[in-house]
Amino acid sequence: MFGFLLSFIPRAVSQGIPLMFGAVGETITEKSGNLNLGTAGIMYVGGICGVIGSFLYETKTGIENMNAFLGILIPLVCCLLGSLIMGLIYCFLTVTLRANQNVTGLAMTTFGVGFGNFFGGSLIKLSGADVPSIALSRTSQFFSAKLPFAKDLGWFGQIFLSYSFLAYTAVAMAIIASVVIFHTKLGLQLRAVGESPSTADAAGINVTRYKYFATCIGAMVSGLGGLYYVMDYASGVWSNDAFGDRGWLAIALVIFTIWRPAHSIWASILFGGLYILHIFIPSGTNLAIKELYQMAPYVVTIIVLIFTSLRNKRENQPPASLGLSYFREDR
Amino acid sequence: MNRIPLIHISRRKDIVWYKAWLIRIIAIILALVLCGIITMVTTGLNPIKVYAAMIDGTFGTTRRIWMLCQNIAILLCISIALAPAFKMRFWNLGGDGQALMGALGAAAVMILLGDKIPNGLLILIMVVVSIVCGAIWAVIPAVFKARWNTNETLFTLMMNYVAIQLVAFFVIVWEVPKGAGKIGIINQNTNAGWFPQVGGSKYLLNIIIVAVLTIAMFIYMKYSKHGYELSVVGESEPTARYVGIKVRKVIIRTMVLSGALCGVAGLLLVGGTDHTLTTTLVSGRGFTGVMVAWLAKFNPIYMVLTSFLIVFLQRGSGEITTAYSLNQSYGDIITGIILFFIIGCEFFLNYKVSFRKSHKEVA
Repeated sequence: MFGFLLSFIPRAVSQGIPLMFGAVGETITEKSGNLNLGTAGIMYVGGICGVIGSFLYETKTGIENMNAFLGILIPLVCCLLGSLIMGLIYCFLTVTLRANQNVTGLAMTTFGVGFGNFFGGSLIKLSGADVPSIALSRTSQFFSAKLPFAKDLGWFGQIFLSYSFLAYTAVAMAIIASVVIFHTKLGLQLRAVGESPSTADAAGINVTRYKYFATCIGAMVSGLGGLYYVMDYASGVWSNDAFGDRGWLAIALVIFTIWRPAHSIWASILFGGLYILHIFIPSGTNLAIKELYQMAPYVVTIIVLIFTSLRNKRENQPPASLGLSYFREDR
Repeated sequence: MNRIPLIHISRRKDIVWYKAWLIRIIAIILALVLCGIITMVTTGLNPIKVYAAMIDGTFGTTRRIWMLCQNIAILLCISIALAPAFKMRFWNLGGDGQALMGALGAAAVMILLGDKIPNGLLILIMVVVSIVCGAIWAVIPAVFKARWNTNETLFTLMMNYVAIQLVAFFVIVWEVPKGAGKIGIINQNTNAGWFPQVGGSKYLLNIIIVAVLTIAMFIYMKYSKHGYELSVVGESEPTARYVGIKVRKVIIRTMVLSGALCGVAGLLLVGGTDHTLTTTLVSGRGFTGVMVAWLAKFNPIYMVLTSFLIVFLQRGSGEITTAYSLNQSYGDIITGIILFFIIGCEFFLNYKVSFRKSHKEVA
């Protein structure tokens, strides 16, 4: 049993990290009253922008001459920039132009997934590079560098210390987001904007600015999830559609954690575990059953959704103005 | 002196129809220009040639026109299914799952009962089963929404993935041959459960069915009591309750209708054209349908136009990608950009933007 957990938990964690980034980013966004269904697209864009950055760097300088610092910085900055642009598009449409948030989010997902797959599939042809496939193994080595003494610490090291710096960044992000949202004036004002923008407006809070900042920061955090997935989990190999439906699971996680970023730490690891559970459940030759096990994360989300609505506690509800655009003269 | 904002925005009461269309057309043209620039920068191709290739790829041959109409029909079927739910402000993002369940139901009947009963009866059972399957998939979230106000956006979204896994399960159960991991063409030798061909084309029947359903939906939403009730619920639930509309009943009834029509889309795919079942059969039309319905302001007749636009972009860009050996996702980028512009231009239909007049006048 212990041996099983020793191999299961690290895998569940590395599955859970992209979800954690996505969930924290989406929670920050939703606290401002913006329901961004484009998270799936943003995570694709974040991933592919990092890939484009490091691909150009790797092919221009050559693998031998690569500098570890630049090797991490370039993809990181590209990823953040790409996600920021996606966040700005969403904000411009929904906040400035007051478009419907669900439709904008779905259009962003279409665009983002298409953007990722297009550049993932055509990057080599477009850049004229002489390589068979996008395999950024050197950059991936920088990204997945682990603590050197983790191996010497036995099971403790394997479960708690065997991850790369982005994984710890995700945990740190979740904690920071939680502290800022629930224990600072900034967070209080952000929540006010999400609960009742007209009240916040009357209190002198700049609603537009808060919505823009929260959504763009949220988008950048989500985008890192895509970067982690390609660079660390997939060891620098981009394959189209490989990221799959993780963006939607991240949105589900926000509800699962009832809008508390700190809870997304354990919740996303749990979801990561559910995501790969079917590999670990012995089913013999019956492959069909495995497909049913893969329902687990979705069914659990539905059950949580039902339970939070049944209990109907006031502190467990979504931000009151979630999904609605705000127009000052509409009161 | 108080600062006067440079731009003043106010809500429009009404807009003349030709102005509205002018704004939309300008938005689409701007989007096409931007897409052209992006095409040129990223791929180095001549954008005008690219657009010409798109038009040729959509209308070039008779077969392509049939494919275009078939794709419009299926997308339109899902869009008109989603429209009444959206009008009620019920965000049914589960069109994919509901259509897939309809397809699963139809395929199950074809596989299990094919050749055992007369073909007419078989098709009748297929119709009933797929409608029921689609409706069940939609009514589950509807009941929870009506009774406990459970968030329907995410509930229906999750139901999609449950449906996909369920289909994946049955695909392996029914796989032909064993170990292939796919079903292949169902009843290829006997054609049991295949819809009859009308006018020598396997696409025409689907197109006729969807055309009839579209007109029926237009009448239902515009002239029936049900249609009126659901728009009142959408406008304001308290008002609906005050005038004596049973809100829960309306929500559940509308979602049964929505899911049933999605089920029909699945049925048309399995029985009418594809004759097979895969997890990607519906290929995201449930999401595209959301945008089609919303862009058409939930009017089934306008949806013909918007679904044409979307299908044209997808089929056309599919053609570019083979012609210039680009990745096929190029179409999604173009679709995304055009959607951004159309979504954005709605603002100018709903609001009036006036600039600050010169200082002297203000003072």
